[in-house]
Amino acid sequence: MSDVIHQTADSEHHHGDHKKGILGWITRWLFTTNHKDIGTLYLILSLVMFFVAGAMALLIRAELFEPGLQFLKPNIFNQMTTLHGLIMVFGVVMPAFVGLANWQIPMMIGAPDMALPRLNNLSFWILPFAFTILSSTLFMDGGGPDFGWTFYAPLSTKYGPPSTDYMIFAIHLMGISSILGSINIIATILNLRAPGMKMMKMPIFVWSWLITAFLLLAIMPVLAGTVTMMLTDRNFGTSFFDAAGGGDPLLFQHVFWFFGHPEVYVLILPAFGVISEIIPTFSRKKLFGYDFMVYAIACIAILSFIVWAHHMFTTGIPLGAELFFMYTTMLIAVPTGVKVFNWVSTMFKGSLTFETPMLFAIAFVFLFTIGGFSGLMLAIVPADFQYQDTYFVVAHFHYVLVSGAIFSLMAAVYYWLPKWCGKMYNERLGKWHFWLTVISMNLTFFPMHFLGLAGMPRRIPDYALQFTDFNAIATVGAFIFGVSQLLFVYNIIHTIWKGKQTTAQVWEGAHGLEWTLSSPPPHHSFTTPPVIE
Amino acid sequence: MHKILKTLFTLILFFFSPLVLAEMALNMPRGVTPISKDIYDLHMVIFWICVAIGVGVFSVMIYSLMYHRKSKGAVPAAFHEHMSLEILWAVIPFVILVVMAIPATKVLIDMHDTDDAAVTIKIVGHQWKWEYQYLDQGVQFYSNLSTPFDQIHNNVKKDPHYLLQVDNPVVVPVHKKVRFLVTSADVVHSWWVPELGIKRDAIPGFIHEAWARVQKPGTYRGQCAELCGVNHGFMPIVVQAVSDDEFNQWVAAQMKQAKQAAEASQKPLTREELMTMGKKVYENNCAACHKVDGQGMPPVFPPMRGSSVAVGHPVSRHISLVLHGVPNTAMQAFASQLSDLELAAVITYERNAWGNNTGELVQPKDVQDLRAVKKLTRKTNERRNSSNS
Repeated sequence: MSDVIHQTADSEHHHGDHKKGILGWITRWLFTTNHKDIGTLYLILSLVMFFVAGAMALLIRAELFEPGLQFLKPNIFNQMTTLHGLIMVFGVVMPAFVGLANWQIPMMIGAPDMALPRLNNLSFWILPFAFTILSSTLFMDGGGPDFGWTFYAPLSTKYGPPSTDYMIFAIHLMGISSILGSINIIATILNLRAPGMKMMKMPIFVWSWLITAFLLLAIMPVLAGTVTMMLTDRNFGTSFFDAAGGGDPLLFQHVFWFFGHPEVYVLILPAFGVISEIIPTFSRKKLFGYDFMVYAIACIAILSFIVWAHHMFTTGIPLGAELFFMYTTMLIAVPTGVKVFNWVSTMFKGSLTFETPMLFAIAFVFLFTIGGFSGLMLAIVPADFQYQDTYFVVAHFHYVLVSGAIFSLMAAVYYWLPKWCGKMYNERLGKWHFWLTVISMNLTFFPMHFLGLAGMPRRIPDYALQFTDFNAIATVGAFIFGVSQLLFVYNIIHTIWKGKQTTAQVWEGAHGLEWTLSSPPPHHSFTTPPVIE
Repeated sequence: MHKILKTLFTLILFFFSPLVLAEMALNMPRGVTPISKDIYDLHMVIFWICVAIGVGVFSVMIYSLMYHRKSKGAVPAAFHEHMSLEILWAVIPFVILVVMAIPATKVLIDMHDTDDAAVTIKIVGHQWKWEYQYLDQGVQFYSNLSTPFDQIHNNVKKDPHYLLQVDNPVVVPVHKKVRFLVTSADVVHSWWVPELGIKRDAIPGFIHEAWARVQKPGTYRGQCAELCGVNHGFMPIVVQAVSDDEFNQWVAAQMKQAKQAAEASQKPLTREELMTMGKKVYENNCAACHKVDGQGMPPVFPPMRGSSVAVGHPVSRHISLVLHGVPNTAMQAFASQLSDLELAAVITYERNAWGNNTGELVQPKDVQDLRAVKKLTRKTNERRNSSNS
């Protein structure tokens, strides 16, 4: 470890290595091994993909504004739902959290950089190729993947369009990127902590990422296996998922969700970490129940491996399996509840202020909890028979992913951006962005609960007349949401260009090693390790 | 624009008027079977539990947000851990969950009890229609969406049951235990009728069970709930629950109809008869992929207009293709779905519509002959296989 720390290359010298001009600029970003540069690249990719997948969502909502077919043919509609889901999961939320991990973990544990900088470069630069391949499927003969982001066999195997093979390749690339990224994060956290930073003294964001990285290592190979079986079913005459050849279409769902359920915790555990950093800062009070927060994350991660079939209650799995998966799924409410109670207790008797990151964090606690409630309802198997595959499920997972994962990402950007670039964002604009976002988000997704309960299936391009009003409301909400995000981009660009200089501390109540560094921090965050008492 | 204004207006009403709320469907239907009612009750119990917990948690939070502000001079307290509190708020939810799990388990066990059914109906999902087979009565038919294309494409006013209407509804007797055996011929579908409290995935290679005892005569509508391809949104389910007598009459009428159709296949038809019937059959069975105007959606769904099959020779090639499908493509085998008469009509239509003016007529007899050919070869193959082994 000391070897790493003694490389005290100073940042001025390092920057001097790069050539001038366009070529210099390209090589600087293409060959960078710096955790901050790579973090920035991840975050920019994520923001771009957020608008790409968001535009797809708006096309979907435009089509669903009223009954009848208006803008999208059903086959295009299905391609939009598929790519919206795939890109939001793999291209927006995951890269954004890896970007945060890159920026923050070395600064939060007192390290100069990530443990494996070249690997770090590779794991990012795989992604633009993966998403180029994935997006290019839309322009191929026969159209893009059109079977939903869950790509159930045999719809995706025997009946999938030719471009499905490209999707499979893109997923392989994303999987490699995630695995490499996770290895790097684990290696960094386990080896590069400043002296005196014991495991149970690590910032909770670092803990959440350590656990998430292990989840990713466990599940990404399963996804790779699943898509490889699809590939051979499609091209080499195997029948893993084809009943006619002795295979089993249900096997697909089992392996997919064995990956898929831990995957949704990959999307939310780092969000828990972010929120657990922000709430104490703006409550000016230590995080309540740190130890239990760590245990709760670990508990959720372990439970996530034994609940996968709750996505499959209507597939005719045996009674015993339905009961088992119902009980384990309900059990997840316990550690999740502990987290919510601890956040509320952190705020209780604090000294609260409401800057934009805190507003997003508070909205997170409220709305994620609502998403948790609908999740608990979905766990009740008999009731799930009515909810499954309806807009109730759509409402549920958008409450945990939009007001959960996405809100936590926005909170994180507002919280750490001043540290990253040394300049303060426009608070008034931030508040406008927050209020527009939170109102339109609820306008979009709350009516979907009603739609689902009243009987509207998901993934349909056209619907019966009784669903008209709520769909119209959701569409209006979605467009307000989409336009509001331009404020976010404007605010970020404005901050970087013309923001006011800020201090190293940035926030009055902030604690942690990253705030002991200058804003912006030096190129190699900690060239000598800080001492933790 | 008008529509957007109307929406905004609804939006305002949505927040202020309980009357509007009352008109919109907000909640799960109670349904008409004992199971659907049990499900509804479970749904409401868990809903109110969530509301109660939510009110508790959110009021503490809102209290903090209001009174523990820095702007009000709040000074942060020093506490940051409390062992017994942590244990308490892990144990209490756990107990609530156990209490909730007990009735849920009971209902679930009940749902799985498909013994002693009076009527058994096998349901087969196809892209994009449902097939129903009454195993004891010998009735079999397909059920297609009957909403006209003009309504879907906004050319005419939409029917009140837009997208939720079919040509042949599935008929069940009331107050009798009806068992459904659900499977699929191609991809995964899901047979869902909310008022019956049944949602069962139709998975190729599996037969899954569900049951219902409908307590009230009436028409109950549902839809396919699992994404199954392009026309997933267009394969509704209509269940008609009728009295025992009406059910028996319906079964008799179905048998008679099947017999008449078989007789009609024996005599040749005129061009007009074939074309009129063919158009109807085409729109119900073929237009989803090959489109009303015969343009198809290449490359997956080839066009019909001017295609080498539809205008080429021999005609028997065209007939065999429709009868037996094309393996490993989306083209299904229609031999069991359509009668000889319907097949003759639709093939005649395809050979003469949209400028495919071959002028050739296909009669039910032609189809019947080709059916027999295929059957014969299959039998010979089987015989050959068994003698080999």
